[in-house]
Amino acid sequence: MSRDTLMWRIAPPILRTARRPQRVVERNAIVYRRTPMVLISGFFEPLFYLLSIRIGFGALIGDVDFAGRSIDYAQFVAPALMASSAMNGAVYDSTMNIYFKLRYSKTYDAMLASPLGAADVALGEIMWAMLRGFIYSVSFLVCLVVLGMAESWWVLAALPACMLIGLAFAAVGMALTTYMRSWADFDWVPAVTLPLFLFSATFYPLSSYGDFGWIVELSPLYHGAALVRGVSLGIATWGMVAHVAVLSALAATGLSVAARRVETLLLK
Amino acid sequence: MKRFGDFEAVKGIDIDVSPGESFGFLGPNGAGKSSTMRMIAAVSPVSEGVLRIFGLDPAHDGSAIRNRLGVVPQADNLDGELTPLDNLIIYGRYFDIPRSECIARARELLDFVQLSDRSAGRVDSLSGGMKRRLTIARGLMNRPEMLLLDEPTTGLDPQARHVLWDRLYRLKQQGVTLVLTTHYMDEAEQLCDRLVVMDAGRIAAEGSPRELITRYSTREVLELRFGAGQNADQESSLIGIGERLEVLADRVLVYADDGEAALREVHNRGLQPESSLVRRSSLEDVFLRLTGRSLEE
Repeated sequence: MSRDTLMWRIAPPILRTARRPQRVVERNAIVYRRTPMVLISGFFEPLFYLLSIRIGFGALIGDVDFAGRSIDYAQFVAPALMASSAMNGAVYDSTMNIYFKLRYSKTYDAMLASPLGAADVALGEIMWAMLRGFIYSVSFLVCLVVLGMAESWWVLAALPACMLIGLAFAAVGMALTTYMRSWADFDWVPAVTLPLFLFSATFYPLSSYGDFGWIVELSPLYHGAALVRGVSLGIATWGMVAHVAVLSALAATGLSVAARRVETLLLK
Repeated sequence: MKRFGDFEAVKGIDIDVSPGESFGFLGPNGAGKSSTMRMIAAVSPVSEGVLRIFGLDPAHDGSAIRNRLGVVPQADNLDGELTPLDNLIIYGRYFDIPRSECIARARELLDFVQLSDRSAGRVDSLSGGMKRRLTIARGLMNRPEMLLLDEPTTGLDPQARHVLWDRLYRLKQQGVTLVLTTHYMDEAEQLCDRLVVMDAGRIAAEGSPRELITRYSTREVLELRFGAGQNADQESSLIGIGERLEVLADRVLVYADDGEAALREVHNRGLQPESSLVRRSSLEDVFLRLTGRSLEE
């Protein structure tokens, strides 16, 4: 990472101590090179989601108003599902997997005995979760195209948006995982992600929530879904800048908390 | 010094290790050996005092220090998701060594630790001794100037221990600085040029194994067993034999330069131990003398 870029200057201090997080990514890539099925299985989730809309919901519901336009329901809901899938992938990878490496397999202890530091571990793991999420998002996009649900080239812009969602949720997921004390604590993960999935203006527009819209706006996935929806439809608004800002802030906070916690837990 | 909350694991130690030397920390569990090793490995901050490794301060140059160190931790932390060969290759990559070089070194080191035929299997299928050897090979991937070994042979069977000692002896001959902890006297005698005896976070004595034995013990030791519960009762009748007596639960140790002469004197006094044994003094005796406790209690 070049040390004079803007990203570098606004990065939280602990992350500036990272030297080669890409080695952590490399380690994970070797593990997955041997189990490619995990990546192939990523195709099924979006395929089933999209089929369910294509077959039933779309015809049942008709058009929806979004950003002053009337759009097809499938066009409204597909980007939100893509955003949710990016969230799920990132959360899955950054919780159970990281907990196991942190508490049981001592993978990080071995890394920390080398020149790698806590920031490399945190940044590397989160980069990996983001990368895996990216592969799932590509699968999602392929399914969209195959099912004839992609309207324009703008859907490609959904990929970087989904990467940002992956980064934000992986960072927060890893940060929270460092506080988990037993496997039972992971029961809270779906207790958080399921309501986010259902109530982030995923299936119906923000206006449907009436006076409670502000609660929906607290959901990070709301910002993710709105961002993906906006870019897929080729709509640019100031609100999208806010969505990017919210997700970036979450990513930065999650990353620095995760790095600090790895330091506290393993370098004592 | 190392503190964990109110507990002082390492109270105060003062040592210097020179390049090429083989240095040991001998002491029972809880003496502060592992805490000391973690501080030297630059993965545990020093609570108080001065620590320099290669002349560098671990608080500021931890990464640069670790770049020149090899570490063999007490608990096995091999990567169970990777093969033995990949364990070595990726570890080399953590040091930014080019991939092709990592592969070459990994093959060479697997050969050195006699694991070439196990390079592709699962790490979990290796025996305890093999895992420890693989961990040593991993610690050598960056061609370290100093290798830190925390209890390298604890939990291994005698044959596995001898294989390991042989490999470590070769490294020593190649000029690698070895720093190790152990609670086995024979291991310290075999591998260490110089050692410190640690007890309750402090250094009780320092020197070469020979020096320590000469300084704190006699040339020979006579071990007498009088049967369960009777060892303490015999103390008064043994006074005056040898230089010093040590009464343990299961035996009495008589420290004397001539063990056979001491045994004759025991028989002359009409005492009938169930069994007797004359042996050379070991570091165990040094430890007993210094702390009043046995090492492997």
